[in-house]
Amino acid sequence: MSTATADPVDWSTGEVTRFRDRSAMVARWAAAPAFVAVALIATFAFVSALQLDSIEQRTLNPDYITARIREHIVLTIVASALVAVLAIPAGILVHRVQSRIFRGIVLTIGNIGQATPAIGVVILLAIVWQTGFATAVVALVAYSFLPVLRNTMIGLEQVSPEAKEAARGMGMTPGQVLRHIELPLATPTILAGLRTSLVFAVGVATVATFINAGGLGDMIVNGLKLQRFPVLLVGAVLVAAIAILIDWLAGIVEDLVRPKGL
Amino acid sequence: MAEITNTGFLTAISEQSAGVSIELDNVTKVYPGQSAPAVENFSMSIEPGEFVVFVGPSGCGKTTTMKMINRIIEPTSGSIRIDGKDVLSLDPNALRRHIGYVIQQIGLFPHRTIAENIGTVPRMLGWSKSKVAERVDELLRTVQLDPADFAKRYPKQLSGGQQQRAGVARALAANPPVMLMDEPFGATDPITREKLQAEFLRLQAELGKTIIFVTHDFDEAIRLGDRIAVMSERSKIEQFDTPANILAAPANDYVASFIGQGAAIKRLTLIPVTAARLLPVAEGSPGIPADGSLRDALDLIVLTGSRAINVVDADGRPMGSLDHATISAVLGTPSKRGGRG
Repeated sequence: MSTATADPVDWSTGEVTRFRDRSAMVARWAAAPAFVAVALIATFAFVSALQLDSIEQRTLNPDYITARIREHIVLTIVASALVAVLAIPAGILVHRVQSRIFRGIVLTIGNIGQATPAIGVVILLAIVWQTGFATAVVALVAYSFLPVLRNTMIGLEQVSPEAKEAARGMGMTPGQVLRHIELPLATPTILAGLRTSLVFAVGVATVATFINAGGLGDMIVNGLKLQRFPVLLVGAVLVAAIAILIDWLAGIVEDLVRPKGL
Repeated sequence: MAEITNTGFLTAISEQSAGVSIELDNVTKVYPGQSAPAVENFSMSIEPGEFVVFVGPSGCGKTTTMKMINRIIEPTSGSIRIDGKDVLSLDPNALRRHIGYVIQQIGLFPHRTIAENIGTVPRMLGWSKSKVAERVDELLRTVQLDPADFAKRYPKQLSGGQQQRAGVARALAANPPVMLMDEPFGATDPITREKLQAEFLRLQAELGKTIIFVTHDFDEAIRLGDRIAVMSERSKIEQFDTPANILAAPANDYVASFIGQGAAIKRLTLIPVTAARLLPVAEGSPGIPADGSLRDALDLIVLTGSRAINVVDADGRPMGSLDHATISAVLGTPSKRGGRG
């Protein structure tokens, strides 16, 4: 937590005037959608100019594409929501228990989840359990758990010991210190973790196709198998576009939710 | 917020905003895994409204001793009573809401405005919104920060000295009868520190809290304390007396070495010029106001090279004069606390 920043402060009103920050923020907010729009328009123009055969027509139509996009986004959002619900409390628990062994165990599990190739997890789970949506979600959660867990732990550890001691000295209960001091101050770090894991999830959700859970992986794999380059291209561009847009949205949320005064 | 059995007592002491007694009885703290205690058999009795300074080298256990009073650190054995009530029998969180606590690093909450920071304890105690707002305004004025200007700022928008004032205001928020202060002015520059010390003394003269103040700066201890406890290893009290008495008669070599050079000069700071037996007015000599200290008088003598200087009253009329010999004579008789005006 930095105590000093380069923000010019208007001392007469006490307001931080962050002109440079603000224009940088607007630029950041506008750049990603603009880039995505250009890429999508270019892809659309390119594909429109092609003569599509019947196989290509079956996938390169609005109904098919929107259905795959919806599946992909639902997979990503459900998995990330579960990660948030599971990994943030796990991080808080590890922080509060203060046991090195427990911390080691939880981190190792998170590491294994991330280190194991997602495609392997998906297929193993499909063999021992079932195919479909639920299996894909479990694999995604395992894969994108670590960033949120680790950032929650780090975010809580970074809270200044002075603020915590002052809070305790004023008679806050440990729960109040957590709710009123530690979590708000750790919010930026936790959100950054969530953002990373969202982007992970968008990419890894493409493997859901192998266990019949849909998503844009369908287009990519079909395009490869059937050697239909336009299908492959559209699938890949759309995945990339979703990843960039989700990262962009998460960035805006980060900017808006970050506690003032930090 | 769990209801606790001793709410009645805590309410009672919180209504007694003007300071209560504190007694420590054979308090010992042994940290787990250490054979030597950090604090050993510490006993002390502090009067209501007294300003006591713990002074000693780093690591001597003075901070540990202080932190056992609000149970930030739990004593291993012994008893601590505030206004006659054993604090170990109270809920620690409820207890701390009735004890002001200021630490060197201040620990303002960076994500909360100054007003929110100051209102923390009153809000926890369930005060109404309007009462909290009123209190915050009053406190900001008390510590000389203009509410219109500062209430809505975040801590990082304040200078170090301003942050420290906000920290003191926050500790005073629920009008606690006891204040624990751990080197609160230690991180500020010398000029700001002196200013804060002077302001705090003025504040304390109005509030009359019971204060325990930890510092390693002996000059700060002299300036602030009604009584000073000079401590060595394991929080052993080497001497516990008024600044004047410690300066006049250090109990042992340890205390003498802690006072350092210039004990006589330091004593003079504590004695008003009126305590000296004044000689007849010396015509044509420079004058010093009657509320100055003997140290100021000596300073003027050295500066002007005069043999004697006149003490003048508020209207500028000379009351009598002082010279080297009269100043020395005051030091010759161990004085009770000269007081500061």
